[in-house]
Amino acid sequence: MAEAERIPGFATLAIHAGAKPDPTTGARATPIYQTTSFVFDDVDHAAALFGLQAFGNIYTRIGNPTCAVLEERIAALEGGTAGLAVASGHAAQVIVMHAMMTPGDEFVASKKLYGGSINQFNHSYKNFGWNVVWADPDDLSSFEKAVTPKTKCIFIESIANPGGVITDIEAISKIARKAGIPLIVDNTLATPYLCKPIDFGADIVVHSLTKFIGGHGNSIGGLIVDGGTFDWGASKGRYPMLSEPRPEYQGIVLHETFGNFAFAIACRVLGLRDLGPALSPFNAFLILTGTETLPLRMQRHCENTLAVAQWLSKRPEVAWVSYPGLPGDKYHALAKKYVPKGSGAVFTFGLKGGYDAGVKLVSNVKLLSHLANIGDTRSLIIHPASTTHRQLSDAQKVQAGAGPDVVRLSVGLEDKDDIIADLEQGLKAK
Amino acid sequence: MNHDAYSDAYIRGILNTVKTIAMVGISPKENRPSYFAFKYLLERGYRMIPVNPGQAGKNILGQKVYAKLSDIPEPIDMVDIFRAAEHVIPIVEEALTLKTKPKVIWMQLSVRNNEAAKLAEAADLKVVMNRCPKIEYGRLSSEISWMGVNSRTLSSKRPRTLGAGVQRMRLGPASDNDNSG
Repeated sequence: MAEAERIPGFATLAIHAGAKPDPTTGARATPIYQTTSFVFDDVDHAAALFGLQAFGNIYTRIGNPTCAVLEERIAALEGGTAGLAVASGHAAQVIVMHAMMTPGDEFVASKKLYGGSINQFNHSYKNFGWNVVWADPDDLSSFEKAVTPKTKCIFIESIANPGGVITDIEAISKIARKAGIPLIVDNTLATPYLCKPIDFGADIVVHSLTKFIGGHGNSIGGLIVDGGTFDWGASKGRYPMLSEPRPEYQGIVLHETFGNFAFAIACRVLGLRDLGPALSPFNAFLILTGTETLPLRMQRHCENTLAVAQWLSKRPEVAWVSYPGLPGDKYHALAKKYVPKGSGAVFTFGLKGGYDAGVKLVSNVKLLSHLANIGDTRSLIIHPASTTHRQLSDAQKVQAGAGPDVVRLSVGLEDKDDIIADLEQGLKAK
Repeated sequence: MNHDAYSDAYIRGILNTVKTIAMVGISPKENRPSYFAFKYLLERGYRMIPVNPGQAGKNILGQKVYAKLSDIPEPIDMVDIFRAAEHVIPIVEEALTLKTKPKVIWMQLSVRNNEAAKLAEAADLKVVMNRCPKIEYGRLSSEISWMGVNSRTLSSKRPRTLGAGVQRMRLGPASDNDNSG
């Protein structure tokens, strides 16, 4: 036996996982394989690839070597068995649900989610016959009550967008386990640097790579991580894409053939292959470059954000600040458990001057950018009531955490004194 | 021996040492995992011998099928068992009676029988349980990384291709950077 083998740390994995030197050229940085297709070694090799009997590349809609490095990288960082890169975070959610749901099925989702996900679940999924049942992360019994025999999974966010809510992953994973269904966690706002949901019982992790993992505001992308923890064959016929012979592939049963990464394979060869939201290799390259500095950036994001949140909480113009990193915050105890290194860089605060004060602040800032994204090197600001949530009634706005007084920040990597100075002049300006 | 987590060096050592593998319980159906694994290992240069009493005398992928291990007229390095855990002990007992004892007993993904493992280990055989040699070969050769699978290996050395192909990868000698299992 060899001597004890080292388990690499997070920063090492963020740079190296999935990215050995290129097998054909020796290129050390991951090449951008900007090609639609790949030649086969011979006819038998082609047949083996199409029949899922061999591991390899066919067509970039199904897989691409640049995207594969990103998949392995994020799977390693999350502690999962395999990954699948897709065109966006929204695409990741559709592909995951497609692998589990049939028309008439239900899933339980936390009410505290990114607004785009609430829209996708409430409206787009209706066309597939996938029915969302909402539960409240502040009342765990609401998850238990929402589960029925038709429920196929539970969906939550680790740190919920627009920030400020830490979800009790471990408690909800126990509810999922008891019901025999997998727990899906959107880990976009925390990233695996701050929180690894699989360690707390999540079975599947999804990401919008567009945010902190890419980190530079230049590429849209999404990713699915298979935790390898769920037994797809435990309940006969409940997850037919995994546990039944597939007519698409000569009767293969995926979970028997691929073991603890069968879910990622199902998402690739049934979901991505047929629905089509593939990630561009160029975007994968940019996101990989971002991933290499994820630990460093998240440290600075969290440090800056805590400073900005502390400063805002002392301002006379500010009614409240919702950031779990602040002692005394409602979610501070959960933050200590799930995100001990920091509570992320996205949070909301309320202005005493209400709607007009919010409009004034986003108009007056000079360094912060007024836009709808989060997780950029640049500091970003938005007033949801006058933009993303404009179409809702006042009551709906408040329920969605987007009341007239609410401002959302995504704190960037600039010098924190400059971010604070810009907010100060923005609050004071007429 | 800890059968919950194997080191990469242990698995790599086995796959780099054995040359002849008897696969017990192989299915002749081309959509079954055993057929996949048999075909894959055959293509990687292992001498593969199918064992299935229901198929004895027939051929699977050009290889003659035997009814049982003791019918095989040549030495075997490894027995790869594709049978449910409760059927494993008699197979191991038979393997231990062979004139040339195999070096390795390998039980497939989802197959684990601790009693059978103890029997084999008492006779100085190496044992692997609840793993697939195809997946392990693909993982340690980096080929499985094409599929976004977490290979749990890091290396600053270039993975090598197998023969003339561009997408089939070779299982190299022990890597400096193999992780623990």
